[in-house]
Amino acid sequence: MRVVIRLFARLRDIAGSGDLVRDAPPGSTVADVWRGLVAEFPEMARYDSSISSAVNEDYAKMTAALSDGDEIAFLPPVSGG
Amino acid sequence: MTLPPVAVTHEKLDLEGLTDLVSDDGHGAVATFIGVVRNSNLNRRVTHLEYEAYEPLAVKALDQICAEAGREWPGVRLAVHHRIGHLAIGEASIVIAAASAHRAQAFAACRYVIERVKQIVPVWKHEFFEGGEVWVEGATADPADEAARLEAVRRACA
Repeated sequence: MRVVIRLFARLRDIAGSGDLVRDAPPGSTVADVWRGLVAEFPEMARYDSSISSAVNEDYAKMTAALSDGDEIAFLPPVSGG
Repeated sequence: MTLPPVAVTHEKLDLEGLTDLVSDDGHGAVATFIGVVRNSNLNRRVTHLEYEAYEPLAVKALDQICAEAGREWPGVRLAVHHRIGHLAIGEASIVIAAASAHRAQAFAACRYVIERVKQIVPVWKHEFFEGGEVWVEGATADPADEAARLEAVRRACA
């Protein structure tokens, strides 16, 4: 299946783009997609313990299962206000 | 044109508009908060900030925060707008207005909203200073973290 990945702030800088499309095996979770990103961009590894995520514009756990066409957003620690 | 109670916007923020939005004859207290871009941070001379958001989720998170505050302080009326994009020193990055029958609830709800914004809303501050730039990284966004929510309530009532 194919998923859309949205990246923000420092993660976007590391990847050089805020929008990626990647193939993922059926049954993949958010964590699986994250591990794939870290393999592709090792600098992202330092966010392993601080990342949060959203699927289709709602907060999601890293264990959430994905479907074809899902949009997964990886959110580095936030700093609004 | 009526302002929406919750927004993430590139436009300059409108404190008076938000105050009008929450005011009504039954609410004797309106507390407001304005977050303003400061000229220094960690001994760096800040030149400007660029705010970025995951806009659809940021709006939902702001809605959730207002709903939480409504459960904590029933009857409170809230509005919160967060600005994104390029902000100069002295410009407002966030404006919050909270109206309640009495002042204690208005102050508390207003404080609660800014504390929760800093905990969970997917907005990021890119700080540009003399000699470089850095993404500011605060809290890991977890809206289900009840301990964090209760800490925001505690600060709101301190």
